[in-house]
Amino acid sequence: MSTRITIDPITRLEGHGKIEIFLDDKGEVENAYLQVPELRGFEQFCVGRKAEDMPQLTSRICGVCPVAHHYAATKALDAAFGVQPTETARKLRELIYHGYIIYDHILHFYFLGGPDFVVGPDAPKEKRNILGVIEKVGMETAREVIKHRAYGQRITEILGGKPTHPVSGVPGGQTKALSEEGRKEIETMARSCVDFAKFTLQLFEDVVLKNPAYMALIQNPKLGLAVYNMGMVDEQNRVSFYDGPVRVTDQQGKEFARFNGSDYLDYIAEHVLDWSYVKATYLKAIGYKGLVDGPDSGLYRVGPLGRLNAADGMATPGADAAYRKLFATFGAKPVNSTLAYHWARLVELLYAAERALELATDPGITGTDIRNMKFDMKPEGVGVVEAARGTLFHHYRLTEDRMIESVNLIVATTNNNGPICMSVREAAKELIHKGKVSDGLLNMVEMFFRAYDPCMACASHVLGRPTVVIDIRRRDGELVRQLAS
Amino acid sequence: MPDKLKFGFYWAASCGGCEIAVLDTNEKILDVLERADILFWPVAMDTKYADVKAMPDRFMDVCFFNGSIRNSEQEELAHLLRKKSKVLVAFGSCAHHGCIPGLANLFGREQILKHVYTEEPSVVNPDGTRPLVKGKVPEGEVSLPEFYDRVSPLNRVVDVDYYLPGCPPAVPRILDAMTAIFEGNLPAKGAVLGPAKALCDECDRNKNAAKKMPDVKRVWEIQADPGVCFLEQGIVCMGPVTRGGCGQRCINGNWPCTGCMGPTPEVGDQGGKMISALASVLRVDDEKDITGPETEKLLAKVKDPVGTFYMYGLADATISNRRQK
Repeated sequence: MSTRITIDPITRLEGHGKIEIFLDDKGEVENAYLQVPELRGFEQFCVGRKAEDMPQLTSRICGVCPVAHHYAATKALDAAFGVQPTETARKLRELIYHGYIIYDHILHFYFLGGPDFVVGPDAPKEKRNILGVIEKVGMETAREVIKHRAYGQRITEILGGKPTHPVSGVPGGQTKALSEEGRKEIETMARSCVDFAKFTLQLFEDVVLKNPAYMALIQNPKLGLAVYNMGMVDEQNRVSFYDGPVRVTDQQGKEFARFNGSDYLDYIAEHVLDWSYVKATYLKAIGYKGLVDGPDSGLYRVGPLGRLNAADGMATPGADAAYRKLFATFGAKPVNSTLAYHWARLVELLYAAERALELATDPGITGTDIRNMKFDMKPEGVGVVEAARGTLFHHYRLTEDRMIESVNLIVATTNNNGPICMSVREAAKELIHKGKVSDGLLNMVEMFFRAYDPCMACASHVLGRPTVVIDIRRRDGELVRQLAS
Repeated sequence: MPDKLKFGFYWAASCGGCEIAVLDTNEKILDVLERADILFWPVAMDTKYADVKAMPDRFMDVCFFNGSIRNSEQEELAHLLRKKSKVLVAFGSCAHHGCIPGLANLFGREQILKHVYTEEPSVVNPDGTRPLVKGKVPEGEVSLPEFYDRVSPLNRVVDVDYYLPGCPPAVPRILDAMTAIFEGNLPAKGAVLGPAKALCDECDRNKNAAKKMPDVKRVWEIQADPGVCFLEQGIVCMGPVTRGGCGQRCINGNWPCTGCMGPTPEVGDQGGKMISALASVLRVDDEKDITGPETEKLLAKVKDPVGTFYMYGLADATISNRRQK
C-alpha cells in the first residue's frame, strides 16, 4: 500500500500550489505531483471589455510580473491596431521593461529562491527567508538589496505611473514622455544596479559555486532535464526580453525553430491534465508524450535557463562575459541542471541593468514623439514578451469597434508546467529514501520548483469547475437546491 | 519596549500585487519587523497550513488578508485565519470589493470551463479532459479545491474588522495603518483605512477644471494632455466618485482613474453614482439637456458600461452580476 506526503501550501513562490508525494511499501518515491489548486478566469471575463483596457485588466493576472502582462497586451494591441510604436515609445517601453526585470530577478534571488542557498536548504524553517538572509549577509547588504529592488520598481513608477499595475501602454505608444529629471534619476539608479548585479553574481560564486555540497546538487545529472529550450532573441540570437523572434533549440543546442510570435499556434499547443488546473504546453511538431524528457518529448523550458540555452549570448559586455563563464563552468550547452536557473537569472539581472543604463543614457529617450496614431485596424493581434519567468503570449480578436471578442493567453509558468512537475518528481525520487523525510529534505524537494520562479497566479488565470452542477433558483435568484454530479 | 505583535499575511484569489505593495514599503519594513513578528506569509516564509492550524485561537494580533474568495480552500483559510487572529484586515481591492477578477461574475462557470479547456485555439483535447476535484492518478487519489460559482469579497464569508483599499494599496496608506496598529489608534471596527474624500478633491488637474465634458472619447483616440482634467478631454475618469488617498498614481501616468480605491462613503454605489455624475457634466452648457436625448446619446458612447463603471466593484455591487436562470 502506498503512503503519501503532502506539502501544503508550497511556499516562497508567487501563487498557490501543493505537492503530493506517493511512496511505495519500501518507502521509495513512486511519483510526485505538483498541483495548482487555483483558477480565476481572465480569458473569459475580458470578452466584451474595451480593447484599450486589456493592458490594465491582464496586469491583474499577476502583481509580481504586471509589466510583462501589460506590455504583452500593449503589443497585441499594436498588432490589432496595425501600428508600430514611435522610436521614443519603443525605447521607453524597453526601459520600463528592463527596470521590471531588475526588480523581479532581485525579488527571486533574495526573497524567494536564494534563501535556500544563502541560509541553507535544511536550515530551520524560521530562518529560510529574507530575514535569515539579512541575518547572514548583514544589515548593510540587506539595505542594498532593499534599495535595488526598490529601484526596479521606481523605474516602473516614473515611466508607468504605478509601480505595480502601470498604466503607460497604449496602442502605438506610451501615455507619458520621460522628463530630463526623471531620466537622470533612472540613469543613477541603473548605474547602481549594474554594480549591485555584479556584487550579486560574486555572492553567488562565493556562496554557491565554492560550496561543494551545493555544486554536487547542481551538477547531479539526475536533477536536470534534457528538454527543448525556448526564448526570445534579437537578430544576432542574443537574449531579448521585450521583442524579437522566438527561438527553440534542441537537446544538442541546435536550432529547432525560430518563429514570429504571431505564428505561435503553428508551433506550440496545450495539453489538459486532469489533476491540475494548469495545462502543459508542448512543441506541436514533436507532440505531447507525457511528463518525460528527451528529443521525442515535445516539452520545453522557458525562463532564465531556457533563454540562455536558446540564445547564443547576451547583448551587453558584462552580461555576455557572465554568460560565457556559466557555460564554461558546466562545459556543456545546453545546461540541463534545474538549479542552474538561479545562476542564469543573475546573468540576466546584469544584462537588464546594463541595458537599462544604455537606454537611460540614450539621447532619444526624452523625446516627446510618444504616440503613433496612424492606425490600420486588423481583426486580431498577438503580443509576445519574455516575462522574468519565461515566454508570454497574448492573443486577442477584436470587433470592429475595438472591443474584445476572444482572448488566448499562454503564460510562462504554463510553458514550464510539464518540466516543473518533472523536476519535482525527479527531486523527490533522488532525495527521499526508505520513507525518511524531514522538514529540510522536503524543502529540498521544493527547491526544484522554486528554481523556475514559477508564478501560479499567472498560470491560474484560467478558471473552471470540474463537476456539472445544476442550480435551481427562485425567480429572484435565490438558490433553492443544487444538484451536483 | 512593549511585546512584539504577531502578524500574518495571506493571499486568496489574488495576483500577488498586495504582497509586493508590502515589500514596497522598502526599508520601513525593517521598522515594522522591529515591532512585529510575522508568523505566516506564504510568499516569503515556509510556515505551512498545519502550523497555522496548530496555533491557539486569537494567537495572531493582526492578519492582513488579500484576495477574494473563489474556492473552498480560500474559504477554509478565511475561517481559519479569522479564528486565529484578533483583528482581520481585508487588504486591497480583491478582499475589499472583488476587484477586476470579480468581472468573472458576468459569466457562467461552464462557459468559462468550456472555453479554457476545449475551445481555446492552442488547446488540443480530443477527449475533453478537465481537471477533477477528486482525481485519480495511478498511485492513488488526488484532490483539487471546489470552485465556487462567484467571486466574493472577504466580508461575505467572515467578519472583517478593517479594510485597506486600493489595487494594490498605496504604500503611505499601508504605513498609516501600521502606525495606527502600533499606537493602538485604530478607528471603530468596520472602517476603511483611507481618506473619505474623493480623488477629484485632491487631484492636481482639478485646480482650474470647469467640469465640462464636451464629448465621450476613448483613450486611444486622443493624445491626452497631461495637465488637463480627463473629463474635460472627453475621457471617462472615475475621480468624482472614487476614494482618494492613492497618490494619484494613474493620473501621474497620464491615465484616468478607473476606480480601484472603491467609492467614497457618501457615494455608495460607485457605478450608479458615476453615471449620474457623467450625466451632469456632459454638455453642461445646456442645463435643460441633462436628461435629454443628446446627453443620452453621449452616454451611449461609453462602451462596456459594466466594465467601465464597476471594474473593481462588480462582485460587491448592488446591481445583479449576471442573469440567473
